[in-house]
Amino acid sequence: MPSFVIAEKCDGCKAQDKTACQYICPNDLMALDRDLMKAYNQEPEQCWECYNCVKICPTQAIEVRGYADFVPLGGNVIPLRGSDSIMWTVKFRNGKLKRFKFPIRTTPEGSVDPFDGIPEADMSKIKDQGLCTHQGEGKEMPKI
Amino acid sequence: MEKETCNFSYCEKPEIVEIETDILIVGGGMSACGAAFEAVRWNQAAGDKFKITLVDKAAMDRSGAVAMGLSAINTYMGKNDPEDYVRYVRSDLMGIIREDLVYDLGRVVDDSVWLFEKWGLPIWKKEDGHSVDGATAEGTLKGGATPVNSGRWQIMINGESYKVIVAEAAKAALGMDNIYERIFIVKYLLDDAVENRIAGAVGFSVRENKVYIFKCNTLLSGCGGAVNVFRPRSSQEGQGRAWYPVWNSGSGYATGIQVGAELTLMENRFVPARFKDGYGPVGAWFLFFKAKATNAAGEDYCTGENFDDAVKKYGAYAEKLGTCMRNHMMMMDMKAGKGPIYIHTDKAMAELAKTMDKKQMKHLEAEAWEDFLDMCIGQAGVWAGNDIEPDLKPSEIMPTEPYLLGSHAGCAGFWCSGPDDLSSPDHYKWGYNRMSTVTGLFMMGDICGASGHKFSSGSHAEGRVVGKEAIRFCGDNADFKPTINQNADELAGEIYLPFEVYEKYKTYSTAPEVSPHYIKPKMLQARLQKIADEYFGGVSTWYMTSKTMLEAGLAQLTMLKEDAGLTGAADLHELLRAWENYHRIWSIEAHAKHILFREESRYPGYYYRGDHDFIDDENWRCFVNSKYDPKTGEWPVFKKDYVQMVSD
Ligand SMILES: Cc1cc2nc3c(=O)[nH]c(=O)nc-3n(C[C@H](O)[C@H](O)[C@H](O)COP(=O)(O)OP(=O)(O)OC[C@H]3O[C@@H](n4cnc5c(N)ncnc54)[C@H](O)[C@@H]3O)c2cc1C
Ligand code: SF4
Ligand code: SF4
Repeated sequence: MPSFVIAEKCDGCKAQDKTACQYICPNDLMALDRDLMKAYNQEPEQCWECYNCVKICPTQAIEVRGYADFVPLGGNVIPLRGSDSIMWTVKFRNGKLKRFKFPIRTTPEGSVDPFDGIPEADMSKIKDQGLCTHQGEGKEMPKI
Repeated sequence: MEKETCNFSYCEKPEIVEIETDILIVGGGMSACGAAFEAVRWNQAAGDKFKITLVDKAAMDRSGAVAMGLSAINTYMGKNDPEDYVRYVRSDLMGIIREDLVYDLGRVVDDSVWLFEKWGLPIWKKEDGHSVDGATAEGTLKGGATPVNSGRWQIMINGESYKVIVAEAAKAALGMDNIYERIFIVKYLLDDAVENRIAGAVGFSVRENKVYIFKCNTLLSGCGGAVNVFRPRSSQEGQGRAWYPVWNSGSGYATGIQVGAELTLMENRFVPARFKDGYGPVGAWFLFFKAKATNAAGEDYCTGENFDDAVKKYGAYAEKLGTCMRNHMMMMDMKAGKGPIYIHTDKAMAELAKTMDKKQMKHLEAEAWEDFLDMCIGQAGVWAGNDIEPDLKPSEIMPTEPYLLGSHAGCAGFWCSGPDDLSSPDHYKWGYNRMSTVTGLFMMGDICGASGHKFSSGSHAEGRVVGKEAIRFCGDNADFKPTINQNADELAGEIYLPFEVYEKYKTYSTAPEVSPHYIKPKMLQARLQKIADEYFGGVSTWYMTSKTMLEAGLAQLTMLKEDAGLTGAADLHELLRAWENYHRIWSIEAHAKHILFREESRYPGYYYRGDHDFIDDENWRCFVNSKYDPKTGEWPVFKKDYVQMVSD
């Protein structure tokens, strides 16, 4: 299966034209069944278990079941991604649980101003080596 | 077999969208994000003269090899001299690299890391001899704080959102109006008036019936290497768990090859030794936790007979124990039945516990799990499902199926011009930095060849070098007007051919999956993987091939390529798979041709030429290059001189 959608939890992203899981999957795997208004993984054997659909789903409807060709049943790994950290729950086949929390970013999402504090580039130096930041700070490029 | 064509007699004609731009960035990964950032900055200085457009087959937030996140930045100079970086890369890549490109990267890469940190990427710091996570730690790397090195060039991060952050900066720089997501680029277009000059690219929407034609002055190609070209070890559900991301399907190579850009070192491949099946990273375990790997009897496989034998065959290269040589010796034991090979995570943790209190041990355990949860969650699932706790049980490791790439520990890619200020020979520089042999076509990240070990930070930095050069190129060639010799309908017909074929024949048999008139993308991929695996040295032959095997496989590949023109696709998702697989075929063809030409085994542990199982520096310490001719279809392979620029 790799990623799979729990039927009861998926609301088809409330019939918006783009579902969150469809939007994010880098391999174009998540599809929406328009009759049921529920998402499904249309090609499970091409799933990288990257968890991007799992992390983005607003109703926590997506989980991952380890690849059947080499993972015994019973374990699972479930994330809960917040704005600055992610919580992981790892459940072993024997029922044992482990929980971890890691930071994911130090700035609010959407706040990046890419050129903030970076001196303007100088067109008269475009032929010289060094990137906009190096040149702006007057750094000499070493050579061999 | 008769050829099929598409004039929309059976399938629906797509809407055609034509876009004119000065700079077209293809890909939305690390290198493309770097290119967008830098190009926009220089364009501002140029008075916003140029239109910059980016196109990605997926959503930039989570596209490319960093989609899942990473737990380390593998290229950070810190206090190291870039010349030492050249020495390290040269040694790991068996003595043949473009030292100008590698040096050039080394001197700029840290700046990208500083930007990532500023944008919000948490980077671990060393405080009072202990590691502190990147959100708690004080100070910045640029301001002099000390990173936590897991190796000389590698630093640890809390990288779950690495790609989200880097993409956010690129998107903000470029503006969403200039970004096209979910467009798969099928091919690049040469100019009709000027010889050997890029003029655009064509692709299709994976979401709606639209074909996109981009006309451009310069094109920056950063669409990754090739995965699933060889039959994977897991052939059912688990084939998605390739080490390299399943969505980088060789577009980077195929698009450039088809317009005649010169390739270099396409014989190189990467076969990482990873945790068995889950393919989780071992780097931090070896470098950071100091874990050891042994055969089942607890013996180090890189010593004794294995070592002596390797030195006999491969000389001084074996003594350096580079990545491929360690693979080689591991496999010697596996073939002798001395497996499984174990990585002793349990012993490493026990050793570390001797100097740590309980709280520190708990922190260490979390760090070990984070290594997987940040960048290979499936491996955590393998541990959970098998009841493996790394502090209690060792894990198996094993070499994966081969991949083609040029930014990790591999160097397959295009032959690109280097910077002009280094003491490099003339045949290393012919103009703009990182421009391929096709005028106006630049290569970056995984597909800029002979310069591996860039990793995520280096790919971003290389993208930035290219972004700046693109503005210079556009300024110097401002009066260029692209002309394309195929009209829009022809291009659309070419791209939608798999639809036409399918619609024409789908009712011929009672089950549309099986028809004598077409092959479905999935089967095309299976056939490709079988050919590559069995003839070109995949896992089923322990990476062994030879002249006769390569020639037989290439003959099979010729027919496969013809049959690719008979792929049948039922929907847009299958159309995507059809073209991805076509790109895979071109990538693997280049790989096989190069291996055939190089009459030695330069990368033992990655592949072997059974008929030339030695390293022959006298004749082969050189680049193997090749160049497909789009006019004649010829594809000559030839040598190019390697020049050492940095002393041993
Ligand atoms: C498993 C793995 C682990 C790694 N671990 C580390 C690590 O720990 N530290 C580190 O520093 N580096 C690591 N790397 C290396 C790093 O991820 C790469 O060096 C880097 O991502 C390469 O950048 P790129 O721009 O060439 O390709 P990518 O970042 O892969 O981007 C390729 C882009 O091209 C797009 N694309 C592909 N085909 C098409 C098409 N036909 N049309 C349009 N768009 C297309 C994709 O959607 C994607 O946006 C790792 C890589 C892998 C595979
Ligand atoms: S994101 Fe979640 S709720 Fe939305 S369609 Fe996908 S599975 Fe359903
Ligand atoms: S886990 Fe990743 S590859 Fe698999 S369906 Fe979800 S987003 Fe796609």
